[in-house]
Parts: sequence; structure tokens; C-alpha cells
Amino acid sequence: MTPTRTMPTAHDLAAAVLDPELPMVTIEDLGILRDVTEDDQGRVHVTITPTYSGCPAMETIRQDLVESLTLAGYLRVDVEFALSPAWTTDDLTDEGRAKLAEAGVAPPGPAGAPGGPVQLTLSVRCPQCGSLDTVESSRFGSTACKSLWVCRSCREPFDHFKAL
Amino acid sequence: MDSSLFDYALGLGDDALVSAQRMGWWISRAPELEEDVALANIGLDQLGQARSLLGYAGEVEGRGRTEDDLAYLRDDREFRNVKLVERPMSDFGVAMARLLVLSAYQLHLYRALSTCDDALLSAVAAKAVKEVAYHLDHAGQWVLRLGDGTEESHRRMQAALDAEWPYVEELFGPLDPALAGQVADPAQLREPVLDDVRRVVAAATLAVPDVAPAVGGGRGGQHTEHLGHLLADMQHLHRSHPGATW
Repeated sequence: MTPTRTMPTAHDLAAAVLDPELPMVTIEDLGILRDVTEDDQGRVHVTITPTYSGCPAMETIRQDLVESLTLAGYLRVDVEFALSPAWTTDDLTDEGRAKLAEAGVAPPGPAGAPGGPVQLTLSVRCPQCGSLDTVESSRFGSTACKSLWVCRSCREPFDHFKAL
Repeated sequence: MDSSLFDYALGLGDDALVSAQRMGWWISRAPELEEDVALANIGLDQLGQARSLLGYAGEVEGRGRTEDDLAYLRDDREFRNVKLVERPMSDFGVAMARLLVLSAYQLHLYRALSTCDDALLSAVAAKAVKEVAYHLDHAGQWVLRLGDGTEESHRRMQAALDAEWPYVEELFGPLDPALAGQVADPAQLREPVLDDVRRVVAAATLAVPDVAPAVGGGRGGQHTEHLGHLLADMQHLHRSHPGATW
């Protein structure tokens, strides 16, 4: 009997690629994986969208997608960057939010209307101890998508994924 | 080639690119570490916007020039940015006064462009509008804090605003008639932009400067001597080692 080798679908492989700057979540968790199509010739077309216009991780993500898919046997992989519709933090999946919180990054609240006033974040729950007695210490953090906060209850600093 | 659209995309892309380069100067020089990170992130957003806009300008031109060709291989007279963004920005008050004006302008510009018929411009704008809203908020907080701070910070914030103000008017310069109705008309942005800026200036106990506008011409390639120095810094590596990658 010849064992049947099941090839993972191109979508499964693409969805498993990790974000290089937030390696606790996949690009699917982040909501930046827009579309994956494959044809019967082994050609794959992947569409991803950047979080911020200047996100420096896009090139690495493209390379990771090509590597993962070609190693799995897909012959030709094209990665397209699409800007529209603009990504928002509302595109993060519930699973992605849970993984961020688990890793100590407070997930974003709901995003405001595009181009509307910047939402005032009244409080962000500390991912360490759960306290709401937290304060923003820097509006910008280690990556474009995060700000830096400090918890006044447990005294720990933490990253917050800004609503966008 | 649609040379009107090429110049338009180039103008907006160059504003963002030159501003990003000035922002980068602040990394390691800002008044506090958090501000180094803030200005680097703001510059990175602007650089991302510039890349999309310059890439599009190259497509519209149809001569095969890439975003890198346009950023690194043009001389100052070929740049189409406004003079506001090119002058040195080595005073923190000046940096915040300029960011206040520029981000208010970009907010209304991108908001208007996000509903225009040009698919690429509207996509870039819809993405960028959220980023520049955050920049405006950031600049506004500093202008408030410095303007309504100590006597010394008030004096310096006012001086910075006075220094930037002559260059504000150029932002609302005339639109190429060939583009009427297709893109955002700068003249239409004038009142909403100035309203946003005036509101912050008043809350910061500062005065809107009463100064004559400086001579414009940036969109036509006439620049101050400072742009050439900025480009020498920005383009040097690429021009010294053509085609180098890593």
C-alpha cells in the first residue's frame, strides 16, 4: 500500500508564518494575511497588507512566506502587498488578542473611524496582574504598532498594541 | 505620461520623504529617550507614505524609475516638496511647530484624498490618515506643554512658531488645473488646517504669528540651500555604491 502524502494547503502554510516583530502571533492572527490562492500547477499567490505604511517587517514576511511555501513543494510563490482596505487593529483575531495578552502585550481596544479623532484610551488592563490602574509612559514603543505603559499596581512596564 | 499626476504624487511623496529625513536627525538627540522613539516612529510612518507615493509617481511616469531611483538619484531642483519640510530642524520647538502644521495639513489632505477616484492615491491616503492623526496629536501635546509651560518654554515655542509660519502658506498653493476635481485641492484645505492649528496655538497660550509668507516655489523645484545638504547626506551612500544591496 502506498501511503498518501497529504500536502498542507497553501493557506495553512501561509497562515502559520509568524510576525517577525511579534513572534507570538501569526500573520493570520494579526489580520494582515488577506488572501491565498493556489492553482493545480503548484503556483501560489499570497496577498498581505502592512499594519503601518512604514512597517519594516513586510520584506521579512514576504521572504518567510516564499521560504515556507517553496520548502513545502510549491513551485512558484508570488506575494502581493495590498494597501486597500486599510488594515485596522479590529482585524486582529480573538486568538491573536489572547496570544498577545499571554505574552505580556496588552491587546488594542476598538479602533475609531478612519481619519476621525484619535481615540482617548482611558485605561489599559495590565497583562501581568489584570489591574486597570495603569498609565501610559510613552506614546510610541519598540515598534510602530505599540505604546509603552506602566502598571501602578504591580509596577511592571508593559507594551500596549495601539488601536488603529 | 500624465505629467500633472506625476508632479502631484512626487510633491506629496517628497514632502513625506524630506520630513522623514529631518525626523531621523533627532534619533539620539531628543530631550528624552521616549521622544527619540517617538520621532523615529513618526519618521518611519512618513517614509512608508513616501515610498508608496514615489513608487506610484514612477509608475505614472512610465519610464521604469523605482521609488529608490526617485529618492536617491534626483538633484534638489528635481524635488517637489514644500520649503516647510526642508529647512534644518535642530530646535525641538521648531520640530514640534513644524510637525503640528505638517500633520494638520496631511490629515486634511489624506482625508480628502481617501475618497478620490484614483485607486492608488485613495488607498495610500486611507492608510496614512490614521497615522498622521496620531502625529498631530503628539505634536499638539508638546506645543501645549511648552507653550503653556514655563516662561522660557513659552518664549521658545513662540519663537519656533514664528520661524515656521512664513512657510505655511506654500502648502495651500495652486493646484494644476489639469487635476481639478481628481485630487485634493490645496486651497480647500487652507481653512480646516489653519483651524486645527489655531485651536492648539490658542490653547497653548501662544499667538498666531503675524508675518508675511515666504517666497514659495518648492513644488516647482526652487528650494532653499538646505535641501542640497540634506540630499547629500541622504543620497551619499546610494550614489557612492550604485546598485549595492544587503
